[in-house]
Amino acid sequence: MNETQPVFHPASAPDFVPAPLLRALQFDRLRAIVQHAYDHVELFRQRMRERGLAPADLRGPADVARMPFTTKTDLRDTYPFGLFASPLRDVVRLHASSGTTGKPIVVAYTREDVDVWTSVMVRSFAAAGLHEGDIVQNAYGYGLFTGGLGAHYGAEGIGATVIPISGGNTDRQIMVMKDFGVTAICCTPTYFLHLIDRAGQLGVDLKKLPLRVGVFGAEPWTHSMRRHIESVTNVHAFDIYGLSEIIGPGVAIECSQHDGLHIFEDHFYPEIIDPESGRVLPDGEEGELVLTTLSKWAMPMIRYRTRDITALVPGTCPCGRTLRRMRRIGRRSDDMLIIRGVNVYPSQIEAVLLEVEGTLPHYQIVLTREHGLDQMEVQVEVTAAVFSDRVGALEALSEKIVDAIERVIGIRIKVTLVEPQTIGRSEGKAKRVLDRRST
Amino acid sequence: MKIMQLSIFAENKPGHLSAPCRLLAENGIDIRALTLADTQRYGILRLLVKEPDKALAVLKSAGHVVKTTEVLAVEVADQPGGLVKVLAALEGSSLNIEYVYAAPFGRGGKAVLIFRFDDPDKAVGHLRSAGITVLSGGELFGS
Repeated sequence: MNETQPVFHPASAPDFVPAPLLRALQFDRLRAIVQHAYDHVELFRQRMRERGLAPADLRGPADVARMPFTTKTDLRDTYPFGLFASPLRDVVRLHASSGTTGKPIVVAYTREDVDVWTSVMVRSFAAAGLHEGDIVQNAYGYGLFTGGLGAHYGAEGIGATVIPISGGNTDRQIMVMKDFGVTAICCTPTYFLHLIDRAGQLGVDLKKLPLRVGVFGAEPWTHSMRRHIESVTNVHAFDIYGLSEIIGPGVAIECSQHDGLHIFEDHFYPEIIDPESGRVLPDGEEGELVLTTLSKWAMPMIRYRTRDITALVPGTCPCGRTLRRMRRIGRRSDDMLIIRGVNVYPSQIEAVLLEVEGTLPHYQIVLTREHGLDQMEVQVEVTAAVFSDRVGALEALSEKIVDAIERVIGIRIKVTLVEPQTIGRSEGKAKRVLDRRST
Repeated sequence: MKIMQLSIFAENKPGHLSAPCRLLAENGIDIRALTLADTQRYGILRLLVKEPDKALAVLKSAGHVVKTTEVLAVEVADQPGGLVKVLAALEGSSLNIEYVYAAPFGRGGKAVLIFRFDDPDKAVGHLRSAGITVLSGGELFGS
């Protein structure tokens, strides 16, 4: 692995603001954005009034917990523009989620908002050790999805050369990576794993390329995936976090310590709550991440429930950033599946597959109901690493996965080996669960 | 003496066998012997071709999962007791036959069987010392 030296980049200066100043700045911005939302978003004003609250009641940070939450359902219910706080003529950009069911959710940016987004992406790339002269292959999807343009503006902002290749067409990605001397890549971690596999098939040794940094996000990934990526390439892999509802990528990123993701707290105010009671939890305790945008004018989000389960890391980071860190996202509260009354998270299945196969294959959980009983099947794409010419060896592999999953979740499920590239992928994001129980 | 066999993973669904076969055909690669090991859900297509390296590259770059295995092509007398003679030569050797299949060609009253042993090098020794012919790739494919 190529150690990227933590060189100080001027764009990172706000990451090092003394904590008391940062808290004061946060609170000033919070009051202004709450006033703005109250004045312009009917739903928010109504909910504040139901609680007998006005923006002036926000006297100290402790009062934040009195304000109402915003949920994804609110975004759907007010589709398309109901939560906008700026007139459309001030909105310079719209993005939308890739809604798989029903209407997507729509998010908006003023010119200032786009500038803030660019600045947090520049700071993200700076934390990952990018600088002028880097050649960035941006393989996030361009379009309504925030990943592509978010990373694009950030990479241009830091002065790198951006290749806006977008997602898909893996063979061309590999050709460009090789021929253009790409030094950094942005994409989903599962897409990068696929790229590694494909490069192997084409006989391209990624270790011989100048590629040294990978900024991976838009889906949860694990320590084992990082280890795998860093052992078969020279890529120093960084986890970046974000969501369209808040701004897109650039809410938080790892520094070279890789001990949690620094939240750009001057723009996003984090809280951890108990997802059941809504009670705010102290730093260090695991719960649902709730974010408030402190400087997003077109569509301020007050106490947005992300459904992502994490904890704020207590203490300061050796890198010197004063920005608090959140643990890497391992699971989302709405990822939880209930199978025959047992709670199962896809991340548990993923951990088993990693353990058994040594690397993460593409997989999909398929839920069905037979004779009133939930059935769970895990379809796993066969990789060259585990394939055998002997039926017995493949049967033993399935059996081993079945046993290991049973040890973790207590249910015996079915494992089916499938051909490579047969499990669907969208925006490069893996679709992990197919629930056919209601049909 | 060992011959490179290609194995390809194929789901047990209509049309899934034809994709790799068509690919080989388009690249002018002749399949000389093949067998399909099947389960309820998937199959393993094992085949012998004259240019295994080329076939491997073609299949891999099309995204197929392919594995190479060393197998032995053993000549047996095409008459009752021919196979028994080969098996007798292996008795007491602790060699394990993973699987065996017949090649669709032979010559001079001899049939050719393809053996997959757990230890192919040891198997060559045992077979040779029992006077059994183990064919090279050149002999098998006639080049």
